Amino acid sequence: MSKSVLRGLRAAALTGTLVLGSPLGSQLALAAENPIKLGVLEDQSGDFAAATIGKVHAIQLAADEINKAGGIMGRPLELVAYDTQSDNTRYQEFMRRVLQRDKVDVVFAGFSSASREAYRPIVDQFNGFAFYNNQYEGGVCDGHMIVTGAVPEQQFSTLIPYMMEKYGKNVYTLAADYNFGQISAEWVRKIVKENGGKMAGEEFIPLGVSQFSQSIQNIQKAKPDFVVTLLVGTAQASYYEQAASANVNLPMASSVNVGQGYEHKRFKPPSLKDMYVTTNYIEEIDSPKSKEFYAKFKAKFPSEPYVNQEAENSYLAVYLYKQMVERAKSTKREEIRKVIALGDVCMDAPEGKVCIDPKSQHMSHTIYLAKVGADHSISFPKTWEDIKPYWLGEAGCDLTKKDPMAQYTPSNPPPKP
Amino acid sequence: MDIATHVFSALYQFGDAFAFLVLSACGLAVIFGMMGVINLAHGEFIMCGAYVTAATVHAGLPLPLGILAGTLVSALVGVVVELAVIRHLYDRPLDTIVATWGLSLIATQGTLIMVGSTMAGVGTPFGSFQVGDYSYSIYRIVLFCAALGVLAGLYALFNWTRFGVLARATIQVPHMAAALGVDTRLIYSLTFACGAGLAGLAGGLYAPTMTLVPTMGATFIMEAFVTVVIGGADVFLGTAPAGGVLAVVKSVMTSWQGQLFGQIGLLVAVIIVVRVLPKGISGFVLRERT
Repeated sequence: MSKSVLRGLRAAALTGTLVLGSPLGSQLALAAENPIKLGVLEDQSGDFAAATIGKVHAIQLAADEINKAGGIMGRPLELVAYDTQSDNTRYQEFMRRVLQRDKVDVVFAGFSSASREAYRPIVDQFNGFAFYNNQYEGGVCDGHMIVTGAVPEQQFSTLIPYMMEKYGKNVYTLAADYNFGQISAEWVRKIVKENGGKMAGEEFIPLGVSQFSQSIQNIQKAKPDFVVTLLVGTAQASYYEQAASANVNLPMASSVNVGQGYEHKRFKPPSLKDMYVTTNYIEEIDSPKSKEFYAKFKAKFPSEPYVNQEAENSYLAVYLYKQMVERAKSTKREEIRKVIALGDVCMDAPEGKVCIDPKSQHMSHTIYLAKVGADHSISFPKTWEDIKPYWLGEAGCDLTKKDPMAQYTPSNPPPKP
Repeated sequence: MDIATHVFSALYQFGDAFAFLVLSACGLAVIFGMMGVINLAHGEFIMCGAYVTAATVHAGLPLPLGILAGTLVSALVGVVVELAVIRHLYDRPLDTIVATWGLSLIATQGTLIMVGSTMAGVGTPFGSFQVGDYSYSIYRIVLFCAALGVLAGLYALFNWTRFGVLARATIQVPHMAAALGVDTRLIYSLTFACGAGLAGLAGGLYAPTMTLVPTMGATFIMEAFVTVVIGGADVFLGTAPAGGVLAVVKSVMTSWQGQLFGQIGLLVAVIIVVRVLPKGISGFVLRERT
């Protein structure tokens, strides 16, 4: 036998035998070289951390479950996570990094709407693919984005009419002063007007403000029937304690409290008494699916203070992504969007059945009305099933035909063709 | 609604803003105003006081003792920080910015990692009272009284006690004080601890009214710095009038146009005062006097 043949045999022994000897091993070896990369940009420190650390944990939980069950099309899911520190410039920095350097297949990113609008142009520019797993003020019509969180037509058009019927038609809005608070307040204004009510007042609070004596007095002066609190971040959450100690004693309605910041767990009762929140998930929801999810979460993260709606949104988003990749047989965004366009991307999430709306790439949700009692226990006076994110589609956003990569509001709807 | 209701409500809002400005600033007035250490970790001393207060109250201590514990622990942490870091940087004021900024990042992130993203609140004591159409929190009046008490205490400490005289002498002309037999290193340590303890006191007092999170110190820091900057070097003659002026501006602007304008008004007032009185209000008062 000549030397070259020997060398060839040795090379074959080193590389080829594995393939011939054990097909399973080769598959694993191949897969390990070729994972599906999922970028995770969430605030693990800073002002928003309390509400968002659970999102990272939920993504880890889903990824572990998927990897244990054999990955996505045999490829394992690899997380590339960065701490965005509740800082918009960090989002831009890390979004560039995951798209350009880490070359991830998909990014799960963002809590505040300010951070989403900071990174969204970068996703568009580098032709990336991002999931925003957070409730927000609605209106993002962008083919590069999938939104799994709830939007105003799901949270406000259920909540505000219920509150007006129960407590009265004079409404006061106290909102965080940035795009989320301003646009959400616009929605509240619109829905109050449509239902024959009147705005008793509105105040916008800069992020990071923690002292509310004057705002409390303004509210008492306006004498509303209930207060819509759209306060964001841990500093602004000081409002509830201060309002309770000044004995404001008005019912409150919100799309963000309890479901995100679990204020009912953090503050001493009864400061959140009579707070009504529309949310698509919180850990108190009493259904077998929800209990199962909660148990799995607690088993993996026993010290998690609360499993909130954004954790559930993030968890189900990983499974939705898996389903879409498997059906598209590709991680390419355009292939995945062809699957979305079929209009039947649905799953049984911990909250109930959810589906992606092809026109807006937003999600239908089961909306639970959560009421906080005097002892801070949660009850659910009402549930709305399968509420669709209809506004964008009705207003003229249709991503199956045209991708404007823009955000719209009731006062700034999509241009009519 | 009659005049008395309006007057009371305006006074209450002024007192509330005054208490917040003075209590957040008094510790910094000692450390930055008097000692000249630009302490960017001031907010984290406040957070330390608040956390210790809440933890001891959860452990069963009554609130006043909890606040005392928060104050003392912050003062102790102040001693350690002074010995380990600040002591070596007294003649390098710009380097203290970097060092204390680093400390503040370590403290915030360390608390996040060790204690978690939030801590359960302790609830505001005392309830509320009614004047006209408005109801008010009694604890806010307590905070106002505490602010006045702290100012009086600081005045007494630095003007009437031996420690106060030694501290002022040491900081004014350290070599002369040392030549006269004063243990200047000890005095520096104690003064720094006093400032840190006052920050802890502010944290303890505000702990029942606020969200307890690792970043809570940041909500105090802007108010603290602007009060000290326009107050100038003297702890009492600076902080008290500065707190008064800024509280008027802030409460009037906030009640007129809301929180955003309250903040804008505060910062505009600071720019004007610093432009007109470069040595701060206390510099102006003391110059008039001499």
